[in-house]
Amino acid sequence: MISEREVAKTLSLIEKDPLKAKEIVSKYPERDYFVVGITGSPGSGKSTMTDKLAEMFAIEKDVAIIAVDPTSAFTGGAFLGDRIRMRRSVKRYNIFIRSMASRGAVGGLSPGIYDAVEFLGRAGYDIIFVETVGVGQSETDIVNLADLVLLVLAPGTGDDVQMLKAGIMEIGDIYVVNKKDLDESQKLLANIKATLKLGGIERDIISTNSITGENIDQLRDIVQGHLTVLSQTEKLEENRKDRYKFNLLNTLFSILRTRYSKTEDLEKIISLYTNEEGENNESKEN
Amino acid sequence: MENKLKVLVAKPGLDGHDRGAKIVAMALRDAGMEVIYTGLRQSPEEIVKAASQENVDIIGLSILSGAHLKLCERIQKLMKESDIEDKPVLIGGIIPAKDVEKLKEMGIQEVFGPGVPLKEIVEKVKEAVK
Amino acid sequence: MFDNEELKRIKKQHKEWEENVVEPTVKRFPERKEKFKTSSSQEIKKTYTPLDIEGLEYVNDLAFPGMPPYTRGIQPTMYRGKLWTMRQYAGFGTAEESNERFHYLMSQGQTGLSVAFDLPTQIGYDSDDSMAEGEVGRVGVAIDSLDDMETLFRGIPLDRVSTSMTINSTAAILLSMYIALAEKQGVSPDKLKGTIQNDILKEYIARGTYIFPPKPSMKIITDIFEYCSKHLPGFNTISISGYHIREAGANAVQEIAFTLADGIAYVEAAIDAGLDPNVFGKRLSFFFNAHNNFFEEIAKFRAARRLWARIMKERFKVKNNKALRLRFHTQTGGSTLTAQQPLNNIARVAYQALAAVLGGTQSLHTNSYDEALGLPTEESVTAALRTQQIIAYETGVADTVDPLGGSYFIEKLTSDIEKKVMEYLSKIDDLGGMVKAIEKGYIQKEILNTAYEYQLNVENQKEIVVGVNKFQTDEDAEKEILEFDPEIEDRQKEKLKTLKKNRDQNAVKETLEKLKKAAKEEDNIMPYVLDAVKHYATVGEISSALRDVFGEYTEAIIL
Repeated sequence: MISEREVAKTLSLIEKDPLKAKEIVSKYPERDYFVVGITGSPGSGKSTMTDKLAEMFAIEKDVAIIAVDPTSAFTGGAFLGDRIRMRRSVKRYNIFIRSMASRGAVGGLSPGIYDAVEFLGRAGYDIIFVETVGVGQSETDIVNLADLVLLVLAPGTGDDVQMLKAGIMEIGDIYVVNKKDLDESQKLLANIKATLKLGGIERDIISTNSITGENIDQLRDIVQGHLTVLSQTEKLEENRKDRYKFNLLNTLFSILRTRYSKTEDLEKIISLYTNEEGENNESKEN
Repeated sequence: MENKLKVLVAKPGLDGHDRGAKIVAMALRDAGMEVIYTGLRQSPEEIVKAASQENVDIIGLSILSGAHLKLCERIQKLMKESDIEDKPVLIGGIIPAKDVEKLKEMGIQEVFGPGVPLKEIVEKVKEAVK
Repeated sequence: MFDNEELKRIKKQHKEWEENVVEPTVKRFPERKEKFKTSSSQEIKKTYTPLDIEGLEYVNDLAFPGMPPYTRGIQPTMYRGKLWTMRQYAGFGTAEESNERFHYLMSQGQTGLSVAFDLPTQIGYDSDDSMAEGEVGRVGVAIDSLDDMETLFRGIPLDRVSTSMTINSTAAILLSMYIALAEKQGVSPDKLKGTIQNDILKEYIARGTYIFPPKPSMKIITDIFEYCSKHLPGFNTISISGYHIREAGANAVQEIAFTLADGIAYVEAAIDAGLDPNVFGKRLSFFFNAHNNFFEEIAKFRAARRLWARIMKERFKVKNNKALRLRFHTQTGGSTLTAQQPLNNIARVAYQALAAVLGGTQSLHTNSYDEALGLPTEESVTAALRTQQIIAYETGVADTVDPLGGSYFIEKLTSDIEKKVMEYLSKIDDLGGMVKAIEKGYIQKEILNTAYEYQLNVENQKEIVVGVNKFQTDEDAEKEILEFDPEIEDRQKEKLKTLKKNRDQNAVKETLEKLKKAAKEEDNIMPYVLDAVKHYATVGEISSALRDVFGEYTEAIIL
């Protein structure tokens, strides 16, 4: 396990230069690790969820959390406001928390995140939670990065049937309907179950209260179950290969984006590519 | 190459006045920096851990309760222990002139009293990193 | 208020004036600004006329002072009968020093005591707690136990003073200490007069000394209402505060809107707890800011009175007129004080104080001119007190009630503020009430946006701060500020050690257990806190026991 200081400094180097990043990461020996993605609308409670889950897994494993927040298109700055919500995880000695800004990347992640994740895995972290920017039409890159995706939904955040119909829902391996204490949450849960059934899609669904912690231990068990299955099949290897491929693509795009950040046409083409690739992969998975 | 400045804006101690900290955080964000605001009631340990893990370029503290000397002492000590004492620390708050001297001796880079324009704070933050 | 014929004539002259008098003048002398605005972005016209208050009715909307809706004042004679209470907030360091300052202020003519507590006391930590390090006795007096309280009020007969305590999360504890102390002096609780701030909602919004989450905090507040309505009928059990909301960056409209919304939440909670608003309504009090925009402030106070009377009457069906009255204390705006050219602050405070008096405040604290630099010295706090005395005895403004009533400008401003406040109240109702609005971060976000906008306006000179962004001087004079004694923390720690040795430790433990049980079972916790306090349980111990039961509040995130 390398020192926290070294981890922190290396992550900064990785964020700074996506090309050099691969060189830097390759210096560390390969290791097995899991990436669990947590995504959902702003206000769904995903940070609190991540916080509690991480704390549970940290009892037996070393855990890292990367929280991504959007960079302002106007100012280029960002509020990295997830760390403040991770009140339990910040207290644990074996949880490493890092905030990253999306820096213009379309897709819900940030440039350098693939390398950052690979590095954390090699640095000794067994489970890396990646909490992304809220889910919209295009924030679906998490599927390419993570071994497992938790989709956190809650009433009052726009997570209604409209979104279900838009097909966004298929990105989740596990559906977490939060704010269990609210009536609307139960309704949302019922809607999702019905919609999935209609589409012939089978997924784990669970109702939670991320503030009181209700059902989070069950969620932990479900997640653990998935991870166990993954490690026993070839899925993990496949994921790793895909991740590497998307890493390269992501690096390419972030370089192009930085060089041509004012060129709207280029932006358009790039996002077209990422959307299409995303769809291609979804159809592959199904 | 992305050279964004990463700044930690922290409220150490029990002081609950966060108008200044939040406004400075907004100004820094609007100036293109990546800002982590810690919220209220941060212990020196929590602040230093955040600064270390996030590997911020600057640490900004907001203290209006008068406890600045004690708190800065503790924070500087912990920064040394965590191997991040090279990171510049800037403070905003109600700090009497003679304490400004003491703080600077402790290693605090800049002390902002009431009435300092945001523009100046943003400039000083940028300068501090060089 | 004017008949149609008269209004028609005025309209005609208005047109004449704009076209024939204003136009040519403005061509040669353009106005200083394109638009003149109040703090709440209300545009101010060149001048105001009866046309601006066309719909206003004297009897229904203004009424005479002492009659609902109390726009002109809550008593018929106001300052002709009794001047406002001159109540300077004080407290620092040890109980001994604070006690000295109290005696000094009383000898100088102050008529009520106001106690400031240090942050550890406000947040439920003892002086020897690690969270308290560096904070003991800084922003107010350190009170760890009844022992310290006894020192604080030594030589002060509790049946002859009125004491205001700025205490919120730990109000039940400090109030219990006050009651226990009175008992020792032989004063029965029903003789006690004073106020506890006891306003937790504004802590979540703007001040930050919360401990527990909203639900149990509201329960503690209604426990105090209930206990006091039975045992301390002369005590104001809450000071619903807008001062801090304003200091956090809100404008005048937001200050009133969010304060009254808090008030609505407290009244609802008390009614839910089975209390009668006709009874506890009489003991509610408010606390506002006196800020810079002179006329807006005066109008603001008047609007607040009218709004609250109508809310209590229409929304809560209160019949007792006394429970419709918005009584308030005012403090001049601390955030308007500048560190640069501190003597300027004397003028600022004077105008702000004047606005509060013309607005009909019941009591007033004037800031000292050196408070941007530190706690006030004896000299500066005296000057602040004199500012009030000069207003009271030399200016003549206290010789008639609501002197600005009927001013077209003031009445228009009053009505406009009332309207805007009601819009906010409606929005808050839509969000599910004030507690929900706070949990969602809506209130905090509104305030922060206003604050940020104001700051940007100062920086681009749209807002002028004399001595700071205009009329600056090169300053070198080091102003004498109050020295803080660093030994305080150690002395308090020693005191605690001695206290814990001398008291009956088992008895303390027992009272704390009983308190926890009562809290769990949702009984009124006041008698249990009182018992614990009498056995010299500390602020930290009692708070800790309650933390175990209620948990702690986590800040709503808005950045």
